[in-house]
Amino acid sequence: MSLIINLAYFAAAVLFIVGLKQMSSPTTARPGIMWAGVGMVLATLVTFVHPEVSGGVNYTLIVLGIVIGGGLAWWSGKKVAMTDMPQMIALYNGMGGGAAAGIGAIYLLQATPETVSNTGLAIATTGSLIGSVAFSGSLVAYAKLQGLMKKTFHFPGQQVVNIAIFAITVILGFMLATGGGEIGSATLLLFFILSLAFGILMTLPIGGADMPVVISLYNALTGLAVGLKGIVLDNPALMIAGIVVGAAGTLLTQLMAKAMNRPIKNILFSQFGGSSGGAEEAIEGTMKEIQANDAGIMMAFAEKVIIVPGYGMAVAQAQHKIWEFTQLLQKRGVDVKFAIHPVAGRMPGHMNVLLAEAGVPYDIIFDLDEINEEFKTADVAMVIGANDVVNPVARTNPDSPIYGMPILNADQAHNVICVKRGKGSGFSGIENHLFYADNNQMLYGDGQKVAAELVASVKALG
Amino acid sequence: MIIEGFIALYIFMLAAFTGYEIISKVPVILHTPLMSGSNFVHGIVLVGTMVALGHATTPLEQAIGFVAVILAAGNAVGGYVVTERMLEMFKTSKKDDKKGDNA
Repeated sequence: MSLIINLAYFAAAVLFIVGLKQMSSPTTARPGIMWAGVGMVLATLVTFVHPEVSGGVNYTLIVLGIVIGGGLAWWSGKKVAMTDMPQMIALYNGMGGGAAAGIGAIYLLQATPETVSNTGLAIATTGSLIGSVAFSGSLVAYAKLQGLMKKTFHFPGQQVVNIAIFAITVILGFMLATGGGEIGSATLLLFFILSLAFGILMTLPIGGADMPVVISLYNALTGLAVGLKGIVLDNPALMIAGIVVGAAGTLLTQLMAKAMNRPIKNILFSQFGGSSGGAEEAIEGTMKEIQANDAGIMMAFAEKVIIVPGYGMAVAQAQHKIWEFTQLLQKRGVDVKFAIHPVAGRMPGHMNVLLAEAGVPYDIIFDLDEINEEFKTADVAMVIGANDVVNPVARTNPDSPIYGMPILNADQAHNVICVKRGKGSGFSGIENHLFYADNNQMLYGDGQKVAAELVASVKALG
Repeated sequence: MIIEGFIALYIFMLAAFTGYEIISKVPVILHTPLMSGSNFVHGIVLVGTMVALGHATTPLEQAIGFVAVILAAGNAVGGYVVTERMLEMFKTSKKDDKKGDNA
């Protein structure tokens, strides 16, 4: 029996790696997640005959737990809107971290001097700390992105308090790990409470814009915690899957932070946009307005149009209308491309998902590096619901908080149309110099309404 | 014990390089689904919680184990459902392939 179990775990580990590998290309991504799913089902099923699993009550609780947890997640996962995807990932990730912490709690409760080694205890304690932080931190991230918690939370000496709590937690963990299995329940309880508190306190001061990077970091941490539990439980499937995700998640976190031009250190230990961030350059020129009808006709007679969508477009649910507009332009022989900034959605790749939902094929969607040179040859660049990611001050003004962030060079197109709901600055509160440029015209209005008017204006041409 | 001391360290190291290598070639358009997909993969913690609950002996251990199984099952199932939903939508304009709409 143990041979079958071990073979199944081995197969699961292989399937996870193959699945993740296939997810690196849009054409094979879907089979990839399915293979990983097969691995998960396989590993779960054989665990029912695992020699260490026993007791009627325990079996009942296992089945009940899977039905409840799985059922709720299935229902919520099917229901969630694509725009809310980042916080949903945060929530599911937090659950995984909590589960890893739970395994650690049971292991530490059962520990006796005869059954455990100090190494085992140390690994279990470390995994529990990481899992707890990922759990409570992810829940805060979820609450923030879901809009349940609007403000960032600051108090004087916050970092000192955080460091102190972390230090005490580590000391308690050290006591647990070196106690040789003689574990006081008070110490254990305090250890978990402080671990959870640290996750909350660490996440509270971080603003919504930086949250995707934080979610990705917690995803990596949960992976690491799961991998450590794999060592404790002597389960290679857990170990390999957990560590692979831990490493992959760490790299993904770095890629995201780089795309946003925000070093991870700054995200975790400092605040963004607290002060005005240096002298504002005087803005030359005035904002010119254009009507939707004129904008539609301008693009209908253009040769090449590049659309720059931002999160604002998704909030206005304008992506379906924009795709309809794109198809009308394509019928007239206009070359239409979509330019996606790495942080156009709420996290890298999120905008691609939102456009895919509307039916936009991925081969007319390009990322920053692929398309930035093409703006020079574009007749029209239409910016819809995006702001900071096309702000030229990121290239020109060293004093600006967003200086150095890679931007889409929409300002280099012959004509620029910025669709915007109202006057005012972007997410970061920085004035956008593009709006005042000579080749730019503003198209005010709700994204969906504007998109519908654009569609109508092209249709009217026949 | 299957995994003895230093062997664990070797597995750890090789798995870490594997994870790093897999991700380094992923295009930005797949970052969100991939994060979700890797989130699903660490749902394997479900197996760990099942074993932990499986040898729980006191009511306290059973209670913790039960909650842990619920959380882990949520991680695995939720991670799969949202990843699958996202990946289902990626289409190319070259061929109008099957529209498997089951959402």
